[in-house]
Amino acid sequence: MKHGLGLGVAAIFAATTAFAEAVEPTDVVFVDGAVEMSLSGQPGDPAAGAEVMNKGAGNCIACHEVSDLDHLPFQGEIGPALDGVADRWSVAELRGIVANAKIMFPESRMPSFYKTVGFIRLGDAYTGKAHGDGEVQPLLTAQQIEDVVAYLVTLKED
Amino acid sequence: LSIACGPVWADPDTDQLTINGDITIITEAAAPSHMEYIDTIYSGWRFRSDETQAVQMDDFDNPGMLGVENALAAWDTEEGSEGKSCASCHGAAESLAGIRAVYPKWNEAKGMVTTLEMEVNNCRETRMGAEKWKYTGGDMTDMVALISSVSRGMPVNVAIDGPAQSTWEAGKELYYTRTGQLELSCANCHEDSYGLMIRADHLSQGQINGFPTYRLKNTKLNSVHARFKGCVRDTRAETFAPGSPEFIALELYVASRGNGLSVEGPSVRN
Ligand code: HEC
Ligand code: HEC
Ligand code: HEC
Repeated sequence: MKHGLGLGVAAIFAATTAFAEAVEPTDVVFVDGAVEMSLSGQPGDPAAGAEVMNKGAGNCIACHEVSDLDHLPFQGEIGPALDGVADRWSVAELRGIVANAKIMFPESRMPSFYKTVGFIRLGDAYTGKAHGDGEVQPLLTAQQIEDVVAYLVTLKED
Repeated sequence: LSIACGPVWADPDTDQLTINGDITIITEAAAPSHMEYIDTIYSGWRFRSDETQAVQMDDFDNPGMLGVENALAAWDTEEGSEGKSCASCHGAAESLAGIRAVYPKWNEAKGMVTTLEMEVNNCRETRMGAEKWKYTGGDMTDMVALISSVSRGMPVNVAIDGPAQSTWEAGKELYYTRTGQLELSCANCHEDSYGLMIRADHLSQGQINGFPTYRLKNTKLNSVHARFKGCVRDTRAETFAPGSPEFIALELYVASRGNGLSVEGPSVRN
Protein backbone atom coordinates (compact mmCIF):
# COMPACT_ATOMS: atom_id res chain seq x y z
CA MET A 1 0.00 0.00 0.00
CA LYS A 2 2.73 2.45 0.96
CA HIS A 3 4.51 1.76 -2.30
CA GLY A 4 1.54 2.62 -4.44
CA LEU A 5 0.87 5.95 -2.79
CA GLY A 6 4.37 6.90 -1.77
CA LEU A 7 5.42 8.83 -4.83
CA GLY A 8 2.21 10.74 -5.28
CA VAL A 9 2.07 11.80 -1.63
CA ALA A 10 5.69 12.84 -1.70
CA ALA A 11 5.08 14.92 -4.81
CA ILE A 12 2.09 16.72 -3.35
CA PHE A 13 4.00 17.58 -0.20
CA ALA A 14 7.03 18.74 -2.12
CA ALA A 15 4.72 21.14 -3.90
CA THR A 16 3.04 22.42 -0.74
CA THR A 17 5.88 22.57 1.78
CA ALA A 18 6.73 26.04 0.58
CA PHE A 19 3.55 27.38 2.17
CA ALA A 20 2.93 24.64 4.75
CA GLU A 21 3.45 26.53 7.97
CA ALA A 22 2.91 25.18 11.45
CA VAL A 23 -0.26 26.35 13.15
CA GLU A 24 0.72 28.45 16.17
CA PRO A 25 -0.26 26.88 19.52
CA THR A 26 -2.54 29.85 20.22
CA ASP A 27 -4.30 29.45 16.83
CA VAL A 28 -5.26 25.78 17.02
CA VAL A 29 -8.99 25.28 16.41
CA PHE A 30 -10.61 22.66 18.63
CA VAL A 31 -14.06 21.30 17.78
CA ASP A 32 -15.38 19.11 20.60
CA GLY A 33 -11.79 18.58 21.72
CA ALA A 34 -10.68 17.42 18.26
CA VAL A 35 -8.34 19.12 15.78
CA GLU A 36 -9.08 18.40 12.13
CA MET A 37 -6.01 19.82 10.37
CA SER A 38 -2.41 18.72 10.62
CA LEU A 39 -0.59 21.14 12.91
CA SER A 40 2.57 21.10 10.82
CA GLY A 41 0.97 20.80 7.41
CA GLN A 42 3.06 17.65 7.01
CA PRO A 43 2.20 14.00 7.56
CA GLY A 44 3.47 12.44 10.75
CA ASP A 45 6.15 9.76 10.96
CA PRO A 46 5.01 6.92 13.26
CA ALA A 47 8.57 5.76 13.97
CA ALA A 48 9.57 9.23 15.13
CA GLY A 49 6.34 9.34 17.11
CA ALA A 50 7.22 6.10 18.90
CA GLU A 51 10.48 7.77 19.98
CA VAL A 52 8.66 10.75 21.44
CA MET A 53 6.44 8.36 23.43
CA ASN A 54 9.53 7.35 25.40
CA LYS A 55 11.67 10.43 25.79
CA GLY A 56 12.14 14.14 26.14
CA ALA A 57 9.13 16.31 26.77
CA GLY A 58 6.82 13.60 25.38
CA ASN A 59 7.51 10.74 27.74
CA CYS A 60 3.95 9.48 27.37
CA ILE A 61 4.79 6.10 28.86
CA ALA A 62 5.53 7.85 32.16
CA CYS A 63 1.74 7.74 32.50
CA HIS A 64 0.50 5.24 29.88
CA GLU A 65 1.14 1.57 29.21
CA VAL A 66 1.58 0.59 25.57
CA SER A 67 2.02 -3.13 24.85
CA ASP A 68 3.53 -2.32 21.46
CA LEU A 69 6.41 -0.62 23.35
CA ASP A 70 6.81 -3.33 25.97
CA HIS A 71 10.55 -3.55 25.32
CA LEU A 72 10.68 -0.27 27.26
CA PRO A 73 10.66 -0.80 31.04
CA PHE A 74 8.76 1.20 33.65
CA GLN A 75 5.51 2.16 31.99
CA GLY A 76 3.21 4.29 34.09
CA GLU A 77 -0.41 3.84 35.15
CA ILE A 78 -1.73 7.37 35.61
CA GLY A 79 -3.68 7.34 32.34
CA PRO A 80 -5.42 4.49 30.50
CA ALA A 81 -3.36 1.95 28.53
CA LEU A 82 -3.15 3.14 24.95
CA ASP A 83 -3.61 -0.28 23.34
CA GLY A 84 -6.36 -0.02 20.74
CA VAL A 85 -6.59 3.72 21.20
CA ALA A 86 -7.13 4.22 17.45
CA ASP A 87 -10.29 2.12 17.67
CA ARG A 88 -11.66 4.50 20.27
CA TRP A 89 -10.72 7.86 18.80
CA SER A 90 -10.50 9.38 15.32
CA VAL A 91 -7.29 10.96 14.03
CA ALA A 92 -8.69 14.43 14.70
CA GLU A 93 -9.64 13.46 18.25
CA LEU A 94 -6.22 11.95 18.91
CA ARG A 95 -4.59 15.15 17.61
CA GLY A 96 -6.78 17.22 19.91
CA ILE A 97 -6.01 15.01 22.93
CA VAL A 98 -2.26 15.16 22.37
CA ALA A 99 -2.26 18.90 21.62
CA ASN A 100 -4.37 19.83 24.65
CA ALA A 101 -6.03 16.97 26.51
CA LYS A 102 -7.77 19.33 28.92
CA ILE A 103 -10.23 20.35 26.22
CA MET A 104 -11.43 16.76 25.73
CA PHE A 105 -10.98 15.86 29.41
CA PRO A 106 -11.44 18.92 31.64
CA GLU A 107 -9.18 18.86 34.73
CA SER A 108 -7.12 16.02 33.26
CA ARG A 109 -3.75 15.28 34.80
CA MET A 110 -2.41 14.88 31.25
CA PRO A 111 -0.16 17.83 30.31
CA SER A 112 -1.06 20.03 27.35
CA PHE A 113 1.67 19.37 24.84
CA TYR A 114 0.90 22.18 22.37
CA LYS A 115 0.24 25.12 24.60
CA THR A 116 2.32 28.21 25.38
CA VAL A 117 0.23 30.51 27.57
CA GLY A 118 -1.67 30.45 30.84
CA PHE A 119 0.85 28.72 33.12
CA ILE A 120 1.43 29.42 36.82
CA ARG A 121 5.10 29.89 37.78
CA LEU A 122 6.36 28.69 34.44
CA GLY A 123 9.90 27.41 34.81
CA ASP A 124 12.85 27.09 32.46
CA ALA A 125 12.41 23.38 31.63
CA TYR A 126 13.55 21.28 34.62
CA THR A 127 15.98 23.78 36.12
CA GLY A 128 13.56 25.05 38.78
CA LYS A 129 14.40 28.58 37.63
CA ALA A 130 11.90 31.07 36.24
CA HIS A 131 11.26 30.89 32.52
CA GLY A 132 12.19 34.51 31.84
CA ASP A 133 11.01 36.68 28.99
CA GLY A 134 12.01 34.45 26.08
CA GLU A 135 9.45 32.91 23.77
CA VAL A 136 7.68 29.93 25.35
CA GLN A 137 8.08 26.75 23.36
CA PRO A 138 5.32 24.14 23.57
CA LEU A 139 6.34 20.78 25.09
CA LEU A 140 6.23 19.22 21.64
CA THR A 141 6.65 20.85 18.22
CA ALA A 142 3.84 20.75 15.67
CA GLN A 143 5.70 18.04 13.80
CA GLN A 144 6.27 15.97 16.94
CA ILE A 145 2.53 16.12 17.67
CA GLU A 146 1.86 14.85 14.14
CA ASP A 147 4.45 12.11 14.60
CA VAL A 148 2.90 10.96 17.88
CA VAL A 149 -0.59 11.02 16.35
CA ALA A 150 0.69 8.99 13.40
CA TYR A 151 2.04 6.46 15.89
CA LEU A 152 -1.17 6.35 17.94
CA VAL A 153 -3.11 5.66 14.74
CA THR A 154 -1.19 2.38 14.44
CA LEU A 155 -2.48 1.21 17.84
CA LYS A 156 -5.48 -0.83 16.67
CA GLU A 157 -6.71 -3.98 18.32
CA ASP A 158 -8.82 -5.30 15.43
CA LEU B 1 19.86 -0.95 45.30
CA SER B 2 16.50 0.37 44.15
CA ILE B 3 17.10 -0.64 40.56
CA ALA B 4 15.81 -4.12 41.30
CA CYS B 5 12.50 -4.31 39.50
CA GLY B 6 10.28 -5.76 42.20
CA PRO B 7 6.59 -6.54 42.02
CA VAL B 8 4.33 -3.64 41.18
CA TRP B 9 1.56 -2.91 43.68
CA ALA B 10 -1.50 -0.92 42.87
CA ASP B 11 -1.77 0.13 46.52
CA PRO B 12 0.35 0.51 49.61
CA ASP B 13 1.44 -2.89 50.86
CA THR B 14 0.35 -4.38 54.18
CA ASP B 15 3.79 -4.58 55.84
CA GLN B 16 4.18 -3.31 59.39
CA LEU B 17 7.12 -1.22 60.59
CA THR B 18 8.96 -1.79 63.83
CA ILE B 19 12.41 -0.25 64.20
CA ASN B 20 15.12 -2.16 66.10
CA GLY B 21 12.40 -4.63 67.08
CA ASP B 22 11.36 -1.96 69.55
CA ILE B 23 9.86 1.26 68.19
CA THR B 24 6.43 0.66 66.67
CA ILE B 25 5.66 3.02 63.82
CA ILE B 26 2.09 3.84 62.80
CA THR B 27 2.21 3.77 59.00
CA GLU B 28 -1.55 3.81 58.42
CA ALA B 29 -4.22 5.86 60.12
CA ALA B 30 -7.65 7.35 59.59
CA ALA B 31 -7.26 10.62 57.71
CA PRO B 32 -7.57 13.75 59.83
CA SER B 33 -11.01 15.30 59.55
CA HIS B 34 -9.77 18.30 57.55
CA MET B 35 -8.97 16.03 54.59
CA GLU B 36 -11.82 15.90 52.11
CA TYR B 37 -10.72 13.39 49.50
CA ILE B 38 -8.77 10.71 51.37
CA ASP B 39 -10.02 8.31 54.07
CA THR B 40 -6.79 6.63 55.06
CA ILE B 41 -3.32 8.07 55.29
CA TYR B 42 -0.16 6.03 54.76
CA SER B 43 3.50 6.62 55.39
CA GLY B 44 5.65 6.65 52.26
CA TRP B 45 7.37 3.57 53.75
CA ARG B 46 4.36 1.47 52.75
CA PHE B 47 4.96 2.25 49.07
CA ARG B 48 8.59 1.18 48.99
CA SER B 49 9.98 -2.21 48.00
CA ASP B 50 10.69 -4.84 50.66
CA GLU B 51 14.42 -4.25 50.18
CA THR B 52 14.15 -0.52 50.78
CA GLN B 53 11.77 -1.05 53.69
CA ALA B 54 14.19 -3.43 55.38
CA VAL B 55 16.98 -0.84 55.46
CA GLN B 56 14.90 1.32 57.79
CA MET B 57 14.05 -1.46 60.22
CA ASP B 58 17.40 -1.49 62.00
CA ASP B 59 19.45 1.56 62.92
CA PHE B 60 22.67 -0.28 62.09
CA ASP B 61 21.48 -0.63 58.49
CA ASN B 62 19.92 2.82 58.19
CA PRO B 63 22.54 5.17 56.66
CA GLY B 64 20.48 8.11 57.90
CA MET B 65 21.63 7.25 61.42
CA LEU B 66 25.15 8.35 60.45
CA GLY B 67 23.72 11.85 60.12
CA VAL B 68 22.21 11.49 63.58
CA GLU B 69 25.65 10.54 64.92
CA ASN B 70 27.22 13.60 63.29
CA ALA B 71 24.55 15.75 64.87
CA LEU B 72 25.16 14.21 68.29
CA ALA B 73 28.75 15.41 68.05
CA ALA B 74 27.58 18.87 66.97
CA TRP B 75 25.06 18.87 69.84
CA ASP B 76 27.91 18.81 72.34
CA THR B 77 30.19 21.21 70.48
CA GLU B 78 30.54 24.71 71.91
CA GLU B 79 30.34 27.30 69.18
CA GLY B 80 29.89 31.02 68.72
CA SER B 81 30.51 34.09 70.86
CA GLU B 82 28.59 32.70 73.87
CA GLY B 83 30.74 29.58 74.10
CA LYS B 84 27.70 27.35 74.34
CA SER B 85 26.56 24.08 72.81
CA CYS B 86 23.03 22.81 72.36
CA ALA B 87 23.70 20.58 75.35
CA SER B 88 24.56 23.60 77.54
CA CYS B 89 20.93 24.62 77.52
CA HIS B 90 18.94 21.59 76.42
CA GLY B 91 20.87 18.84 78.19
CA ALA B 92 20.52 15.51 76.41
CA ALA B 93 19.06 15.48 72.89
CA GLU B 94 16.25 13.30 74.26
CA SER B 95 14.95 16.41 76.01
CA LEU B 96 13.56 17.43 72.63
CA ALA B 97 11.42 14.26 72.38
CA GLY B 98 7.97 15.20 71.10
CA ILE B 99 9.15 18.39 69.39
CA ARG B 100 9.35 16.97 65.84
CA ALA B 101 5.74 15.81 66.10
CA VAL B 102 4.33 19.32 66.58
CA TYR B 103 6.40 21.31 64.07
CA PRO B 104 5.87 23.49 62.07
CA LYS B 105 4.30 25.43 64.91
CA TRP B 106 3.11 28.93 65.77
CA ASN B 107 5.89 30.87 67.49
CA GLU B 108 4.39 33.52 69.70
CA ALA B 109 7.55 35.61 70.06
CA LYS B 110 8.17 35.70 66.30
CA GLY B 111 4.51 36.07 65.42
CA MET B 112 4.76 33.44 62.71
CA VAL B 113 4.78 29.73 62.05
CA THR B 114 8.32 28.39 62.33
CA THR B 115 9.98 25.16 61.25
CA LEU B 116 12.53 23.11 63.18
CA GLU B 117 15.25 24.47 60.92
CA MET B 118 14.29 28.02 61.87
CA GLU B 119 14.31 27.15 65.57
CA VAL B 120 17.75 25.60 65.30
CA ASN B 121 19.11 28.64 63.50
CA ASN B 122 17.43 30.93 65.98
CA CYS B 123 19.27 29.18 68.81
CA ARG B 124 22.51 29.31 66.88
CA GLU B 125 22.30 32.98 66.01
CA THR B 126 20.62 34.59 68.99
CA ARG B 127 21.48 32.17 71.81
CA MET B 128 24.92 30.89 70.81
CA GLY B 129 26.19 33.80 68.74
CA ALA B 130 27.12 31.28 66.05
CA GLU B 131 26.74 31.37 62.28
CA LYS B 132 23.44 30.11 61.01
CA TRP B 133 23.41 26.93 58.99
CA LYS B 134 22.24 26.74 55.37
CA TYR B 135 18.57 25.77 55.41
CA THR B 136 18.99 22.49 53.55
CA GLY B 137 22.69 22.01 54.32
CA GLY B 138 24.19 18.82 55.73
CA ASP B 139 24.75 20.15 59.29
CA MET B 140 21.18 21.34 59.48
CA THR B 141 19.60 18.23 58.02
CA ASP B 142 21.68 16.02 60.32
CA MET B 143 20.49 18.05 63.33
CA VAL B 144 16.87 17.80 62.23
CA ALA B 145 17.40 14.04 61.84
CA LEU B 146 18.65 13.88 65.44
CA ILE B 147 15.69 15.89 66.70
CA SER B 148 13.32 13.64 64.71
CA SER B 149 14.97 10.43 65.86
CA VAL B 150 14.16 11.10 69.51
CA SER B 151 10.46 11.43 68.60
CA ARG B 152 10.20 8.25 66.55
CA GLY B 153 6.95 6.43 67.14
CA MET B 154 5.12 9.49 68.43
CA PRO B 155 2.12 10.56 66.37
CA VAL B 156 2.44 13.68 64.25
CA ASN B 157 0.12 16.29 65.70
CA VAL B 158 0.60 19.74 64.23
CA ALA B 159 -1.89 22.45 65.15
CA ILE B 160 -3.75 24.01 62.24
CA ASP B 161 -6.15 26.28 64.07
CA GLY B 162 -5.75 29.48 66.04
CA PRO B 163 -2.93 31.73 64.88
CA ALA B 164 -1.56 29.02 62.55
CA GLN B 165 -4.75 28.79 60.53
CA SER B 166 -4.04 31.40 57.87
CA THR B 167 -0.61 29.88 57.21
CA TRP B 168 -2.22 26.45 56.96
CA GLU B 169 -4.74 27.77 54.46
CA ALA B 170 -1.99 29.33 52.37
CA GLY B 171 -0.27 25.94 52.34
CA LYS B 172 -3.44 24.20 51.28
CA GLU B 173 -3.88 26.64 48.42
CA LEU B 174 -0.35 25.85 47.22
CA TYR B 175 -0.98 22.11 47.52
CA TYR B 176 -3.87 22.30 45.08
CA THR B 177 -2.31 24.80 42.63
CA ARG B 178 -1.19 23.34 39.31
CA THR B 179 2.21 24.76 38.53
CA GLY B 180 4.65 24.81 35.68
CA GLN B 181 4.35 23.77 32.07
CA LEU B 182 3.07 20.33 33.13
CA GLU B 183 0.30 22.00 35.14
CA LEU B 184 0.41 19.48 37.96
CA SER B 185 -0.36 20.11 41.62
CA CYS B 186 0.88 18.15 44.62
CA ALA B 187 -2.65 16.73 44.81
CA ASN B 188 -2.59 15.51 41.20
CA CYS B 189 0.25 13.15 42.06
CA HIS B 190 -0.06 12.48 45.80
CA GLU B 191 -3.84 12.54 46.28
CA ASP B 192 -5.32 11.61 42.90
CA SER B 193 -2.65 9.11 41.88
CA TYR B 194 -1.00 7.57 44.93
CA GLY B 195 -0.50 3.84 44.58
CA LEU B 196 0.06 4.19 40.82
CA MET B 197 3.31 4.03 38.92
CA ILE B 198 4.60 7.21 37.28
CA ARG B 199 7.33 5.87 35.06
CA ALA B 200 9.62 3.95 37.49
CA ASP B 201 8.23 5.56 40.65
CA HIS B 202 5.50 4.14 42.86
CA LEU B 203 3.61 7.24 43.97
CA SER B 204 3.02 7.63 47.69
CA GLN B 205 0.85 10.20 49.44
CA GLY B 206 3.88 12.50 49.72
CA GLN B 207 3.79 12.46 53.52
CA ILE B 208 6.59 14.12 55.50
CA ASN B 209 6.43 12.11 58.74
CA GLY B 210 9.60 10.28 57.59
CA PHE B 211 11.80 13.35 57.11
CA PRO B 212 14.65 13.79 56.87
CA THR B 213 14.72 10.89 54.41
CA TYR B 214 17.85 9.04 53.44
CA ARG B 215 17.41 8.48 49.69
CA LEU B 216 19.19 5.59 48.04
CA LYS B 217 19.03 7.65 44.85
CA ASN B 218 21.25 10.52 46.06
CA THR B 219 22.80 8.67 49.05
CA LYS B 220 22.21 11.43 51.56
CA LEU B 221 19.69 12.80 54.02
CA ASN B 222 17.12 15.03 52.34
CA SER B 223 15.18 17.77 54.05
CA VAL B 224 11.51 18.51 53.55
CA HIS B 225 12.04 21.72 51.61
CA ALA B 226 14.64 20.10 49.36
CA ARG B 227 12.07 17.44 48.48
CA PHE B 228 9.37 20.04 47.85
CA LYS B 229 11.78 21.88 45.60
CA GLY B 230 12.42 18.75 43.56
CA CYS B 231 8.74 17.97 43.15
CA VAL B 232 7.87 21.53 42.07
CA ARG B 233 10.82 21.58 39.67
CA ASP B 234 9.51 18.36 38.14
CA THR B 235 6.37 20.17 37.03
CA ARG B 236 8.64 22.42 34.94
CA ALA B 237 7.89 25.28 37.31
CA GLU B 238 9.90 27.97 39.03
CA THR B 239 10.32 26.56 42.53
CA PHE B 240 10.13 28.40 45.83
CA ALA B 241 13.26 28.73 47.94
CA PRO B 242 13.87 26.47 50.94
CA GLY B 243 12.86 28.43 54.03
CA SER B 244 10.52 30.70 52.04
CA PRO B 245 7.12 31.64 53.50
CA GLU B 246 5.49 29.52 50.79
CA PHE B 247 7.40 26.36 51.70
CA ILE B 248 6.85 26.98 55.44
CA ALA B 249 3.11 27.16 54.76
CA LEU B 250 3.23 24.12 52.50
CA GLU B 251 5.18 22.20 55.14
CA LEU B 252 2.56 22.96 57.79
CA TYR B 253 -0.22 21.87 55.46
CA VAL B 254 1.51 18.67 54.30
CA ALA B 255 2.50 17.83 57.90
CA SER B 256 -1.14 18.18 58.91
CA ARG B 257 -2.15 15.65 56.28
CA GLY B 258 0.00 13.22 58.26
CA ASN B 259 -1.48 13.94 61.70
CA GLY B 260 -1.82 10.48 63.25
CA LEU B 261 1.14 8.81 61.50
CA SER B 262 4.27 8.28 63.58
CA VAL B 263 7.36 10.39 63.29
CA GLU B 264 9.85 8.03 61.61
CA GLY B 265 12.75 10.24 60.53
CA PRO B 266 15.40 9.59 59.54
CA SER B 267 13.60 7.23 57.18
CA VAL B 268 14.85 5.41 54.10
CA ARG B 269 13.36 5.94 50.66
CA ASN B 270 14.52 5.41 47.10
C1 HEC C 1 1.08 13.02 33.66
C2 HEC C 1 0.29 12.00 33.04
C3 HEC C 1 0.13 11.89 31.54
C4 HEC C 1 1.06 12.06 30.55
C5 HEC C 1 2.54 12.43 30.68
C6 HEC C 1 0.39 11.76 29.31
N1 HEC C 1 -0.90 11.43 29.55
FE1 HEC C 1 -2.30 10.85 28.16
N2 HEC C 1 -3.72 10.71 29.60
C7 HEC C 1 -3.50 10.88 30.95
C8 HEC C 1 -4.75 10.68 31.66
C9 HEC C 1 -4.94 10.77 33.16
C10 HEC C 1 -5.72 10.37 30.68
C11 HEC C 1 -7.19 10.05 30.89
C12 HEC C 1 -8.05 11.20 30.46
C13 HEC C 1 -8.60 11.94 31.62
O1 HEC C 1 -7.86 12.70 32.24
O2 HEC C 1 -9.79 11.77 31.94
C14 HEC C 1 -5.03 10.39 29.41
C15 HEC C 1 -5.65 10.10 28.18
C16 HEC C 1 -4.98 9.95 26.99
C17 HEC C 1 -5.59 9.48 25.75
C18 HEC C 1 -7.01 8.99 25.59
C19 HEC C 1 -6.93 7.51 25.96
C20 HEC C 1 -8.19 6.71 25.88
O3 HEC C 1 -8.07 5.52 25.78
O4 HEC C 1 -9.27 7.28 25.98
C21 HEC C 1 -4.61 9.49 24.80
C22 HEC C 1 -4.73 9.09 23.34
C23 HEC C 1 -3.39 9.96 25.45
N3 HEC C 1 -3.66 10.22 26.77
C24 HEC C 1 -2.17 10.09 24.80
C25 HEC C 1 -1.01 10.59 25.40
C26 HEC C 1 0.21 10.87 24.69
C27 HEC C 1 0.44 10.58 23.22
C28 HEC C 1 1.10 11.40 25.58
C29 HEC C 1 2.50 11.92 25.36
C30 HEC C 1 2.76 12.79 24.24
C31 HEC C 1 0.43 11.40 26.87
N4 HEC C 1 -0.85 10.91 26.71
C32 HEC C 1 1.01 11.82 28.06
C33 HEC C 1 -2.30 11.20 31.55
C34 HEC C 1 -1.11 11.48 30.89
C1 HEC D 1 21.64 29.58 75.37
C2 HEC D 1 20.67 28.54 75.42
C3 HEC D 1 20.40 27.67 74.22
C4 HEC D 1 21.29 27.11 73.35
C5 HEC D 1 22.80 27.18 73.34
C6 HEC D 1 20.49 26.38 72.40
N1 HEC D 1 19.17 26.51 72.67
FE1 HEC D 1 17.62 25.74 71.64
N2 HEC D 1 16.32 26.74 72.79
C7 HEC D 1 16.67 27.50 73.91
C8 HEC D 1 15.47 28.12 74.45
C9 HEC D 1 15.41 29.02 75.66
C10 HEC D 1 14.41 27.71 73.62
C11 HEC D 1 12.95 28.09 73.74
C12 HEC D 1 12.25 27.03 74.50
C13 HEC D 1 10.81 27.32 74.64
O1 HEC D 1 10.27 28.15 73.91
O2 HEC D 1 10.17 26.65 75.44
C14 HEC D 1 14.99 26.84 72.61
C15 HEC D 1 14.25 26.21 71.63
C16 HEC D 1 14.75 25.27 70.75
C17 HEC D 1 13.95 24.48 69.84
C18 HEC D 1 12.43 24.54 69.70
C19 HEC D 1 11.89 23.68 70.82
C20 HEC D 1 10.47 23.94 71.22
O3 HEC D 1 10.17 23.67 72.40
O4 HEC D 1 9.66 24.38 70.44
C21 HEC D 1 14.81 23.66 69.17
C22 HEC D 1 14.44 22.63 68.09
C23 HEC D 1 16.15 23.95 69.63
N3 HEC D 1 16.06 24.92 70.59
C24 HEC D 1 17.31 23.34 69.20
C25 HEC D 1 18.58 23.74 69.57
C26 HEC D 1 19.80 23.24 68.95
C27 HEC D 1 19.84 22.16 67.87
C28 HEC D 1 20.83 23.92 69.52
C29 HEC D 1 22.28 23.85 69.15
C30 HEC D 1 22.66 23.98 67.77
C31 HEC D 1 20.26 24.81 70.50
N4 HEC D 1 18.91 24.68 70.50
C32 HEC D 1 21.01 25.65 71.32
C33 HEC D 1 17.93 27.68 74.42
C34 HEC D 1 19.09 27.29 73.78
C1 HEC E 1 4.60 14.80 38.67
C2 HEC E 1 4.28 14.12 39.88
C3 HEC E 1 4.53 14.82 41.20
C4 HEC E 1 4.10 16.04 41.64
C5 HEC E 1 3.29 17.07 40.89
C6 HEC E 1 4.57 16.17 43.01
N1 HEC E 1 5.27 15.05 43.38
FE1 HEC E 1 6.00 14.64 45.23
N2 HEC E 1 6.79 12.90 44.54
C7 HEC E 1 6.64 12.41 43.26
C8 HEC E 1 7.34 11.15 43.14
C9 HEC E 1 7.42 10.29 41.90
C10 HEC E 1 7.90 10.89 44.41
C11 HEC E 1 8.73 9.68 44.83
C12 HEC E 1 7.81 8.53 45.17
C13 HEC E 1 6.96 8.85 46.36
O1 HEC E 1 7.45 8.82 47.50
O2 HEC E 1 5.77 9.19 46.18
C14 HEC E 1 7.53 12.00 45.27
C15 HEC E 1 7.86 12.11 46.61
C16 HEC E 1 7.42 13.10 47.46
C17 HEC E 1 7.69 13.16 48.87
C18 HEC E 1 8.52 12.14 49.67
C19 HEC E 1 7.62 11.17 50.37
C20 HEC E 1 8.38 10.22 51.28
O3 HEC E 1 7.74 9.34 51.87
O4 HEC E 1 9.59 10.34 51.39
C21 HEC E 1 7.09 14.28 49.35
C22 HEC E 1 7.10 14.77 50.78
C23 HEC E 1 6.45 14.93 48.22
N3 HEC E 1 6.66 14.19 47.09
C24 HEC E 1 5.73 16.11 48.30
C25 HEC E 1 5.20 16.80 47.21
C26 HEC E 1 4.60 18.12 47.28
C27 HEC E 1 4.40 18.91 48.55
C28 HEC E 1 4.25 18.46 46.01
C29 HEC E 1 3.71 19.75 45.48
C30 HEC E 1 4.49 20.92 45.76
C31 HEC E 1 4.59 17.33 45.16
N4 HEC E 1 5.19 16.36 45.91
C32 HEC E 1 4.33 17.28 43.80
C33 HEC E 1 5.93 12.99 42.23
C34 HEC E 1 5.29 14.22 42.30
